[in-house]
Amino acid sequence: MKSVLISLFIGCYNDTLFPETGKAVVEVLERLGHRVEFRLEQTCCGQMHYNTGYHRAAFPLMERFLDIFRDSEVICVPSSSCVAMMRDHYPKMAAASKDPRLQRDVREILPRVFEFSELLVDKLNVLDVGACFPHAVALHPSCHSLRSLRVGERPVQLLRHVRELKLVDLPEAEQCCGFGGTFAIKNADVSAAMLSEKVRNVLDSGAEVCTSLDNSCLMHIGGALSRLRAGIRCMHLAEILACTEESR
Amino acid sequence: MSVRVGEAAQAPDFPSAAKPILANTQIRHNVRRATEVIRAKRAKVVSELPEWEQLRESAYQIKQHTLRHLASYLEQFESACVRAGGQVHWARDADEANEIVVRIIQTHQESEVIKVKTMTSDEIGLNRALETAGITPYETDLADLVIQLAHDQPSHIVVPALHRNKMEIRRIFLKEMHLAELGEQPEDLTEAARKYLREKFLRVKIAISGANFMVAKTGSVCVVESEGNGRMCLTLPRVLITLAGIEKVIPRFEDLEVFLQLLPRSATGERMNPYNSIWTGVRPGDGPQEFHVILLDNGRTDVLQDAEARDTLNCIRCGACLNTCPVYRQTGGHAYGSIYAGPIGAILTPQLQRMQHSQSLPYASSLCGACYDVCPVKINIPEILVHLRSKVVEQGDAPLSERLAMKAAAFAFADEHRLAAAQKLARIGQWPVERNGVIRNLPGFLGGWTAVRDLPAIPKESFREWWIKRELKRQ
Repeated sequence: MKSVLISLFIGCYNDTLFPETGKAVVEVLERLGHRVEFRLEQTCCGQMHYNTGYHRAAFPLMERFLDIFRDSEVICVPSSSCVAMMRDHYPKMAAASKDPRLQRDVREILPRVFEFSELLVDKLNVLDVGACFPHAVALHPSCHSLRSLRVGERPVQLLRHVRELKLVDLPEAEQCCGFGGTFAIKNADVSAAMLSEKVRNVLDSGAEVCTSLDNSCLMHIGGALSRLRAGIRCMHLAEILACTEESR
Repeated sequence: MSVRVGEAAQAPDFPSAAKPILANTQIRHNVRRATEVIRAKRAKVVSELPEWEQLRESAYQIKQHTLRHLASYLEQFESACVRAGGQVHWARDADEANEIVVRIIQTHQESEVIKVKTMTSDEIGLNRALETAGITPYETDLADLVIQLAHDQPSHIVVPALHRNKMEIRRIFLKEMHLAELGEQPEDLTEAARKYLREKFLRVKIAISGANFMVAKTGSVCVVESEGNGRMCLTLPRVLITLAGIEKVIPRFEDLEVFLQLLPRSATGERMNPYNSIWTGVRPGDGPQEFHVILLDNGRTDVLQDAEARDTLNCIRCGACLNTCPVYRQTGGHAYGSIYAGPIGAILTPQLQRMQHSQSLPYASSLCGACYDVCPVKINIPEILVHLRSKVVEQGDAPLSERLAMKAAAFAFADEHRLAAAQKLARIGQWPVERNGVIRNLPGFLGGWTAVRDLPAIPKESFREWWIKRELKRQ
C-alpha cells in the first residue's frame, strides 16, 4: 500500500501523562511504512470543558483544532473519547455559532479523523501489524469506542492477529468503568463503586494486561489495580501493537 | 408557581445521598439483582424484533411531531374526551392539580380513594394533599402498596419497591396488615395483598389513575399494567379521575401500535402487558359513570421551550435507562432525591424543579451512553445531561475549585507554549506527592480520586518533548 502521511492528534492527557502511547502509535504506523507528523501547535480537543458544562471554554479549542489540522489528509487520534467529542459535539457547537465557515470546516474535517483502530482497519486496511505479545490480555471496550464510535470488532481483530497473545474474556465488559472525566472527582464514591466491579471482572478474567482504546479508562482501572498491587498492567492497544518479537 | 417533584424536594445532593446507600449491602444487592433480571428479559424480547430500530425511530418521530403541535393535540383530546362524556381539567402546577382532585372527591362526599399506579401523583405529592384533606388513598399496585405500607419512597419508575426483597416485604405486610401469620413464598405475599385489596376495590367509590397514553383524535386514555389491579380500579368505582402530564398525548389510535410494542418490551421485558386498558369517556351502565381527566403542566411547557432538552418529554416511563445504568446499579433510586430516578430522573428532575435542589443531578452520570442505547424513544440523555451541566455553569453555580481548575486548564490549552510550561510546572509541582512514579495522596477535591486509586506521576518527558528531540536528532 502507498505510504500515507498521518497527522497525529495525541490529546492533552496522552501528551502529558501517557507519552508511551504516542510513541507506540508512531512506531506502529512507521513500521507499516507510513509517515507520521506531529503538529506542535495542538493542545486539547475541548472534551473536558465541554462535558463538564464549560461550553464557552471548549469553543476556542475546537476552532484551534480545526485551524491546525485544516490541511491534514489523515488525522489519527489514539483516544476514542476525543474522537467522540469531535463527532458528537463539534457539529452542534458549530451550528450553535451560526458561522457557516465553521460549520463547513467541521463537516470537511470529520471524515478525515480516525481513532487509532479505525485508522488501521478502515483506512490502512491492516489487521496484522506484525506484533508479538506473549501475554493474556483483556480488552475493556471503553464507552465512547463502544457506543459513540461503534468500533465494534476492530480492536478485537487487531488483537487476534498479535502473535502469542492470548485474548481472554472480560465479564460484563460493556459496563462503564466509572471514570467519566470529572465524574470520578465529583462523584468519587459512586465512581469507586463502579470501578470495584470493573476491577473484579478484570481480576476474574485471568488477564495479565488490560487494554483499551482510551488511556482515560486505563488510568482509572490501572489506578485501582496499582493501589491493590494486583500485578496487572494497563496498556493502550497501540502499546501492545508496538511490541514485536525483537522488542520483547 | 411552585413546582414539586415528589416529596423530597429538599433532598441532599447526589454524592451525599449516595454515600450511605453505597454502604448498604442489602439495597445494593437487591438493586443489582432486580435490574439484572429485567435487563436480561428486555434484551431477549428486544432481540426478537428485527425492526426494533425502526420502531424506535417511529416512536421518536411521533413524539417529535406531537410535541411540535402539542397545544392543538391537547385541545383535540379535550374536545374528543368531552364529546365522549368526560370532563377535562387543566392544572398549571402541583397545587392546582391537587386542589382539583380534592374538590372532585369532596363533591361526592367520599373520604377514600383507590389508586392505580401513577408516577404523576407522586410527582405532585397527591397522597399528602389527600391526607391533609382527610381523604385516605389506597395504593393498589402491589409495589406501590409495599411502598405505602412501609412509609417508603419509590426507587424505580416501573418497579417502585425494587430496593426491597421478599423477606423485607413479608415483614412489612405482617406488621402493617396486622396479620398473625404469613408464608414466605411470593404466592403467599400476593395472596395477602389480594385479600387486603379486594375489599377496597369493592367498597371504595372513587379511583385515581395515571395515563400511559392519551389519544387526541378519539379522546381515549390508555393504561398498561401487569397485575389487573389497575383494571379493577378503572372499571369498578363510580368515579374515575385520571391525572396525566400534558406530554402523554399522541395523535391517533394507530400510534399505539408503535408504543405498545416498545413499552412492555423496554419496561418489564414482556412482549405485551398482561392488562391493556383503553377507555373513552363514559358509557352508561358500564364502568365509571363519571370521568375526569386532569392535564398537568407542572414545568413541562418550560422543558418544551428548551430546544436542546425538549426530547426529555418523549419519555414513556419504561425505566429501561434505570435498569441499564451503571450509576443507578450502585445507588438505586433514592440517591436521586426525586420520584424520577436514574438517567431520566437526572435530566427530568432538574428541569421540572428549574434546577433548584437538583443541580447535582446532571453530574450523576459518567456519560457512558448505555441509557441512550436502550431508550425506546431515543432520548439522547447524555447530551441533555451535558446541556444541563452547561446551564449550571452559566448560572455561576459550579463549585469555585472546579471553576478555577477549568479556567487554568483553558488558559494552558489556549496555546502550545503555555501547555508545555504547564506540563513542566506540574512535573516539578508533584514532588511532595510523587513516590516512585506513583501519586497516592492528593489534597482537596482531588482527594476523592486517590482515596481508592493511584495516579500515575507525570513522566519525565511529555510526548511533545520526545517528538521535538526526535526531530532534532533526525535533522
